Formats: sequence, structure tokens, C-alpha cells
Amino acid sequence: MSKPLDQMTWQEIELGGLLREPGSARAYRVGDWRSQHPVWTKSRCIRCGVCWTVCPEPAIIEEPGGYFDMDPNYCKGCGICAKECVTGCISMVPEEE
Amino acid sequence: MGKRVGMEVSIAVSYAVGLARAEAIAAYPITPQTHIVEHLSSMVANGELEAEFINVESEHSAISACIGTSAAGARTFTATSSQGLALMHEILFIASAMRFPIVMAVANRALSGPLSIWNDHGDIMAARDIGWIQIFVENGQEAFDHTVMAFKIAEHSQVLLPTIINMDGFILTHVVEALELVDQEMVDRFLPSYHPRHYLDPKTPVTMGAFAMPEIYTEVKMKHQVTLMNAYDKITEIWQEWGKLTGRDYQPVERYKTQGAKILLLTMGCLSEVAEIAVDELRAQGVPVGLLKLRLWRPFPLAALREAVAGAKILIVCDRALSLGSATAPVLAEVRSAFYSLAKRPQILGYVVGLGGRDVSPEAFKEIVAQAQTEAKEGSSEEFHLFGVRG
Repeated sequence: MSKPLDQMTWQEIELGGLLREPGSARAYRVGDWRSQHPVWTKSRCIRCGVCWTVCPEPAIIEEPGGYFDMDPNYCKGCGICAKECVTGCISMVPEEE
Repeated sequence: MGKRVGMEVSIAVSYAVGLARAEAIAAYPITPQTHIVEHLSSMVANGELEAEFINVESEHSAISACIGTSAAGARTFTATSSQGLALMHEILFIASAMRFPIVMAVANRALSGPLSIWNDHGDIMAARDIGWIQIFVENGQEAFDHTVMAFKIAEHSQVLLPTIINMDGFILTHVVEALELVDQEMVDRFLPSYHPRHYLDPKTPVTMGAFAMPEIYTEVKMKHQVTLMNAYDKITEIWQEWGKLTGRDYQPVERYKTQGAKILLLTMGCLSEVAEIAVDELRAQGVPVGLLKLRLWRPFPLAALREAVAGAKILIVCDRALSLGSATAPVLAEVRSAFYSLAKRPQILGYVVGLGGRDVSPEAFKEIVAQAQTEAKEGSSEEFHLFGVRG
């Protein structure tokens, strides 16, 4: 994005709020909304990738070796991955602050 | 110059859309707008108009389809009325925010309930704040002219806003009037084909209709407001251009016998022609009364109205809609606030007339003028009057 949104004046807004650059939603770190996060128990993970598939964000990253982890910038803590995990290896852990 | 013909006003509007070479039409029939889209549909089916006619299952879909065709870069037209306009409501804001120059004819009709298919301005007053340009017409010639001009206004590179032509349902849409048509060649010169600044194109992908965070929503709205207010100059320029070509001049606030008038009536749409008769008769009796016709409703012509009212002692605003629960009426409220900051201003009195198709005669206007003169002297406990209500 050419300029941070909170610095843009009304004169600088594109016609009809048009966005020319793709992926502008990346600037919003929705991970800030999270009150819980998924934790994988690797010993029970079969690396099937269901969690990666169902994450609506997507905020699940495949790591070397084929295991998965969350991207803290974008995981909202919705818990869909834990609910859908085939082996039940994902548990949702409250954020500590 | 043009050929003078007798034509039903709805058909004249369809004919104007054809002359404007609309490329996409999506509409759903609703009384009293049906003849407009019915005729357009047959024009497309008969090959008289090369356009995509999209049959939809509701007005919500009609206006949504119009957003789609406009986003694809097509010159787009739709028409509706009353409940249909209400069903479009949420999408109307989106069409203007996304700056799609859709042109829509609204055959003004009362909103249910109780169910009424007859004329008043309740439908458009409920859609007052949708961010579109809104114009009122008085007769068949104006309905025809303004339909053609609306495309040029909407598509102007410094405007790019959807535009509504308000025409009174039945009492205008369904009457046969004498009107002067213009030829295709003239319209083609006046209205070149539409070249959108942005349209959906896989070669240059863009995002249309993205959401806005609190950091930016206010700025987006400011831009819309400024653009709509600034459209005033472009609207009047385009009307002047049409005036030079046809000899028919249009103003945001039109004056009828206002010279030396101490009392002014203010009307919109078809009521204006009836009010003219009353003004003629009252003038003959020596009553210093004149008439202002509010043609442009959005953007609100603040300066033109102030200028037109200057010198009058009493301004009588005739609304054709109620704002239920408000202490005043839609146009009355706006006109009163337009004069609030001025040291020298007329007494502004309000009469709501002609709801749900109730006839408004020249005698009614004469009675309103007489009542207003008394009220101006003696005052009133009411902010406005619902004229002719029994009980």
C-alpha cells in the first residue's frame, strides 16, 4: 500500500475506494484479536494437512518435515483446526498476557 | 428542430434510454414503472436496441446486476418504484460508493402500508441519503430530456455517480403527452459512448468494493460528499449544453412568476404544473404569489435556492411525503435549515399534500396560500400541516 491508511487524506482516496494492489489485507494483523491459540502435539500428528486446509485465514504454515504451526500474525484463534483435526492432536490454549 | 409526437411518458423514457444506447438493463416490473421496462424489453427483443436485458427475480437483484454490468464497463439503466426502490435500498448506497454511473427512472409511488399503488414522494424521500444524484421532472418532455442527460451527468469523469430521474407515478408515467423528440445523430454527438476509468478486466485486476477500517471510512465518505456536492457545476453545465441544442433550459431551482412575489410556493414534480394554474389565478386577483420548482434534490441546490427566494416574505414548502415521527417534513426540514444561518429570511411554512395519490387541485394551492397568509400573521401551533386531512 502506498501510504498507511491512518495517514491518507480524503483527497488521496482512489475513485470508489478501488484497490489496485492485491493482498492489501496483509497489512491487518488480525492475530491481535486472538484470545487462544492452537498447539500441536507432534507425536500424534499424522501430517495429513486437514488443519491447513480448513483454516479460513489462512494462518497455518507448513514447516519443514511436514508438520504444521500457526502464523501468530494472522491466527485469530477460532479453533476450527482443533475441532477438525483427525487425530485430535491440536489443543486450544488461552493467551497469557 | 425535433419531431413533435404524442407519446405515453413511460414509452418516451424507454425511447430516451434507447437513444442513449444503454448497453445493459436489469429491472423488475412494478406498478407504475412497468411500462418503461416492458417497452425496453421489447426494444431489445426486437433488435431495436443492442443491449443486454437481464431478467431478474427482484429489485434487489436488479440493482445488484446493474452494479455488475456497470463494473464491467457497460452503460446501465434500470427503473423501479416504491416497494421496489425499498427492496433495492442497501445496494443503492453501494452503487454510489463504488461510483457506478447507473441511471434509474423512479416512478414515484407511495410506500405500503396500507398498500397503495398511487403517487407520492414517500419512496424517494426514504432513499434521500443514498448518495445518488436525484432530479425531479414535471412533464413528459422533461422526463425524456432528463433521461438522456442523466447518462451524460452520471458518466462525467468528475462526477461518476449514479443518477435518479424522479417522475410521478401514473399522473406522469401513464399519460400521453405531446413532446419533441430529438434524433439519434444529435444524441450521439451529445452523449459519446461510455469509457469507464476502471472496469473489471482480467488483464489489470483491481479490487472493487473492499471493506474499510475505521481509520479510512470517514475519508471515503468525505470524498463521496464532496464529489456529490461538486457535481452541481457539471449538472448545470450539461443542462446548459442541452439547452443550446434543444432550446429547452433547465435550472436546479426554476422560477415561475417570481418577479415581485412576496409569497412563494415551492413544489417538486407534477405538482408544479398544477401550482402554476393557481399562481396565474391568484396573480390575476392581485395576490403577489410566485412559484419555485425544486428540480435538483441531490446535490441540494443551497445557493440557487437562497438566491431564488430572496425578497419573499413567505415561503410555502409543499412536501408530497411525510417523515413519520419527525416534527417536520423532508423537504421542509431541508429548506428551513438552508435559511437558518441567514439574518434576512422568509417565514417558511410547510404543507404536506397529495399522499397516496390524493388529487391536488389548483383550488388546494389557492387555499394553502390563503391559510399561509393567515398563519404568517397570527402564527400557528403546528410545525407543518397535513393538508386536507379529515378530523
